[in-house]
Amino acid sequence: MSEKNSSNDTSGEASTWRVKVGLAQMLKGGVIMDVVTPDQAKIAEDAGACAVMALERVPADIRVDGGVARMSDPDMVEGIIDAVSIPVMAKARIGHFVEAQILQAIGVDYVDESEVLTPVDETYHIDKHPFKVPFVCGCRNLGEALRRIGEGAAMIRTKGEAGTGDVVEAVRHARTVLGAIRNLQQMPDEELMTYAKELGAPYELVKETKRLGRLPVVNFAAGGVATPADAALMMQLGVDGVFVGSGIFKSGDPSKRAKAIVKAVTHYQNAEILAEVSKNLGEAMVGISVSSLPKEEMLGERGW
Amino acid sequence: MNQSPNNLIFKPPSIAPNGVASNGVGGLTIGILALQGAFLEHANMLRRLGAVPVEVRLPDDLIGVDGLIIPGGESTTIGKLANQFGLVEPIQQFIKANKPVWGTCAGMIFLAQNVGATGSGGHVIPPRLGNMEITVNRNAFGRQVDSFEVDLELSFATDQLFRAVFIRAPRIETNSQAVEILARLTDGTPVAARQDNLLATAFHPELTDDNRFHDYFLNMVKTSITSNSKQGEVVVQK
Repeated sequence: MSEKNSSNDTSGEASTWRVKVGLAQMLKGGVIMDVVTPDQAKIAEDAGACAVMALERVPADIRVDGGVARMSDPDMVEGIIDAVSIPVMAKARIGHFVEAQILQAIGVDYVDESEVLTPVDETYHIDKHPFKVPFVCGCRNLGEALRRIGEGAAMIRTKGEAGTGDVVEAVRHARTVLGAIRNLQQMPDEELMTYAKELGAPYELVKETKRLGRLPVVNFAAGGVATPADAALMMQLGVDGVFVGSGIFKSGDPSKRAKAIVKAVTHYQNAEILAEVSKNLGEAMVGISVSSLPKEEMLGERGW
Repeated sequence: MNQSPNNLIFKPPSIAPNGVASNGVGGLTIGILALQGAFLEHANMLRRLGAVPVEVRLPDDLIGVDGLIIPGGESTTIGKLANQFGLVEPIQQFIKANKPVWGTCAGMIFLAQNVGATGSGGHVIPPRLGNMEITVNRNAFGRQVDSFEVDLELSFATDQLFRAVFIRAPRIETNSQAVEILARLTDGTPVAARQDNLLATAFHPELTDDNRFHDYFLNMVKTSITSNSKQGEVVVQK
């Protein structure tokens, strides 16, 4: 907050776009883990997680429990903030800018405007620019990614299908986004406006993405990563890092699996190390095949 | 594979086989500890200056490297992975061989002799090298909403101010006489420091277009190559 900076007499400028995007840049090559208690957060930190996502129920339980999934109790999020030195993220419902205000007020480091929770607005996402706290948002394709960045998201994650342990949707979404960027790079400039119209994406961000040859912000994979090999697969496809939700604390030996996935993301191109860390991890989360899910139960469909 | 395609904007220049530049700082081979964090940003900046970046994930990756950058990222993650993959001792040897090492943010914590309190949350002290005679506090300015940018005066380049980006940054609380302070906040807090062949910044020059810190480091590397070869020692890494 500005009060804090002035008390340090740094005469600095807080919460700039560069500072918001910059934290995501520091998370690259890392694993962000879903945790529901301070003890789980400590296990995640000890395993080498670069950040934790604090929430009341992991997506696998949200699926089982049904009902309305909301922002977690701020007291529980604060307990996790106090327990670890790594960044703490927390989820707000799509469109619920008051939940986001609350999460900012208690000092979370990133807000995930997440399709895993039940959306409160079926037309509009949160206007994220006015917030001091940076936001991460999910996407399935380039248009969705650039709309979210246009609204102020400082980090993107491909959605995948949370709570399934099936990485098929994560692969689909990463290939869709990265493939579209490869196509965009081949396009002559006169085609960009029409392409922006087709994507439903801001023209300036389409141009910027073509110039950079990548999204203008950091892009992680999420939704269904359950094994070190899954994590390395997403890294080899070209994402900057990995979210692991239910995959760790719904498995037989969370600490061991968490450490293995962290190592797999660092050494994602080294098959010998991947083989070593994949050994004897115990039970993976049970998992639900995405192809067996009815469309109305697909969380990835949420977001506009 | 995760080499973001914008890296291709900057083609690596051709270099002498031993990595020693014949002119300027170009052609130096600079390792970047690539365990986790913002290593691609350093690589882009180095390429722009004509140096050759090499990603270091295992001890053998240090072979043929003239200088090493430890990037920003999460200090606990980087420290633990460095420890698990046996990198701490080889980097100590690298420093003993008078080769320069620069730590930014988490990298500064990795270099620090002592790590004190965290500004907020947790108190697990990450594994580190501990060579630099500084005590740093992590997250010393607060959480992400307290992250900021500010203009700094640099002791080695006074022509214009340096826009410094602080992200959940650590700060130097105390330092020994052996440590030279290169930049301070207006309240006097040291945020950039050098001790012989070690350089540390609490902020992120790799997130800006200002290459003066990278240039400063490459000159440290160039000087170390000259003085190491004067001593008649070709230091071979294991």
